[in-house]
Amino acid sequence: MASELLVIDGLSKTFSAPAGDVIALSNIRLQVRKGEFITIIGPSGCGKSTLLKIVAGLDTRYTGTVLLNGKPIEGPSIEKGFIFQEPRLFPWLTVEKNIAANLSLKNPQVRQRVNELIELVRLQGFEKSYPRELSGGMAQRVSIARALLRNPDVLLLDEPFGALDAFTRTHMQEVLLDIWQRNGTTMLFVTHDLDEAVFLGERVVIMNPRPGHIRSVLPVDLPFPRKRSGTAFQEMRRLVLNEFEKVEEPLYDVGGGI
Amino acid sequence: MNKQLAGRTSERPGAALSRIPAALHGWIVPVAILLIWQLAAALHLVSATLLPAPSQIIGQAFRLLGNGELLQHMGISLYRAGVGFALGSAAGLLLGLSTGLGKLAERTLDPSLQMLRMIPMLSLVPLFILWFGVGEFSKILMISLGAFFPVYVNTFLGIRGVELKLLEVTGIYQFTRWQLLSRVIIPSALPNILLGLRLSLGTAWLVLVVAEMMGASAGVGYMIQDARAYSQTDIVFVGISIFAIVGKLSDSAVRLLEKRWLRWRDTYKG
Ligand SMILES: Nc1ncnc2c1ncn2[C@@H]1O[C@H](COP(=O)(O)OP(=O)(O)OP(=O)(O)O)[C@@H](O)[C@H]1O
Ligand SMILES: [Mg+2]
Repeated sequence: MASELLVIDGLSKTFSAPAGDVIALSNIRLQVRKGEFITIIGPSGCGKSTLLKIVAGLDTRYTGTVLLNGKPIEGPSIEKGFIFQEPRLFPWLTVEKNIAANLSLKNPQVRQRVNELIELVRLQGFEKSYPRELSGGMAQRVSIARALLRNPDVLLLDEPFGALDAFTRTHMQEVLLDIWQRNGTTMLFVTHDLDEAVFLGERVVIMNPRPGHIRSVLPVDLPFPRKRSGTAFQEMRRLVLNEFEKVEEPLYDVGGGI
Repeated sequence: MNKQLAGRTSERPGAALSRIPAALHGWIVPVAILLIWQLAAALHLVSATLLPAPSQIIGQAFRLLGNGELLQHMGISLYRAGVGFALGSAAGLLLGLSTGLGKLAERTLDPSLQMLRMIPMLSLVPLFILWFGVGEFSKILMISLGAFFPVYVNTFLGIRGVELKLLEVTGIYQFTRWQLLSRVIIPSALPNILLGLRLSLGTAWLVLVVAEMMGASAGVGYMIQDARAYSQTDIVFVGISIFAIVGKLSDSAVRLLEKRWLRWRDTYKG
């Protein structure tokens, strides 16, 4: 399987806590091709964030195999972008400096890319604002711009659009699909929202909790751009939903998102 | 509804205050005390030798200003406090950074520093006099020692208060060690560091007076000590006021820095 970018096999992760050990991930097996768009969906606490952090290299204490480009992941690296579940902005930096982070805005190339991204995430006029002056959704868009600035080969997204309103969310989904198609970025996208999972993913990974494991992986064979109102889309959505209804635990916000 | 609200506010006891510009609110209490004090002195309710009238103290202050005595004392005191504060707080910042950043430095240095910190500064005075005499060196060393600990402790606390979640972000974006320090750790610890500086300014003043009273031939502390020997209570008050005024000014300077550098903070502002 040389064409696989990411190979996960027999991955397990246990958190030791005073109150007792929590098995966050149990025997995860997943292979992702280069340039593939994977969406991961599952109820709260099933280990989605934990899985992404391991792939990002933020957590290296696990058992099993996780290979990126055939090599074990040793730590974070610049080709693996990460959009966290919360914005995680630096409160002392303005919006544009948060996007640039450790790159210098004095570099004309960075400056220009930052300006483009601010337009892309629709934050013109807030370049010089501090994070405390932003709404939750605006802050999250800043963190999305920050991740996009680095043009990562693999983008790990942890419920990135959870805090956005419906309109901005649709816009950001289109922006993301556009970036994916233009740059061939491999996407691992975690969401709570069934519609979003089916709208974006080439494959939808359904996870279950206690202990966190992959229940099934469903291919979504619909061409892009997808239309939510189309019958094929609705058919696919029903298929994924059916898969869910077999789940012992009800997923509390199917379709609704946060 | 609006009228009702307006009606109610004018009945509040604070309403009279709102007619005075907010910038002057801090002056209300001192001015009131001075007025009552002056009145009590004019009516001979207090002894003029124990508690001279404010007008007499102000007159004395102008006399000392006029003959240059006051400026000379102030100059030498500011020099001692300034150098001591600069050395002490710089050392506190550097050591606080190293113990804050490194487990090794913390394990080896922090326990000893914490033990030293618990020694009351003033109990060291006799030792300092024995070792270094009563010269400038021993005074400045004492002041810097006093200024050291508040900055040290607060820098350490500030660094350990950096959010792990933000450190994960710096991991993802591969910040260099220098970028991590200058763009994340220091800004995040800055509120604590500035608090440490403010506290350490206060300690520097305190130790300055002790140092100048333990033996000196110039300085505001000496001026006070000397005046006491001759029962010139008004000069004692002039000296005390100098400490109050210069102390307040230096504190305001740090607060100004806080205002400028911590603009990003989102906290209760009253
Ligand atoms: N640092 C930690 N220490 C101990 N337990 C943890 C830690 N992080 C996560 N867990 C546990 O691991 C499990 C999975 O957590 P994780 O954050 O991956 O869930 P999730 O699927 O991302 O949930 P959500 O949809 O609510 O974000 C949870 O049961 C949680 O309690
Ligand atoms: Mg999560």
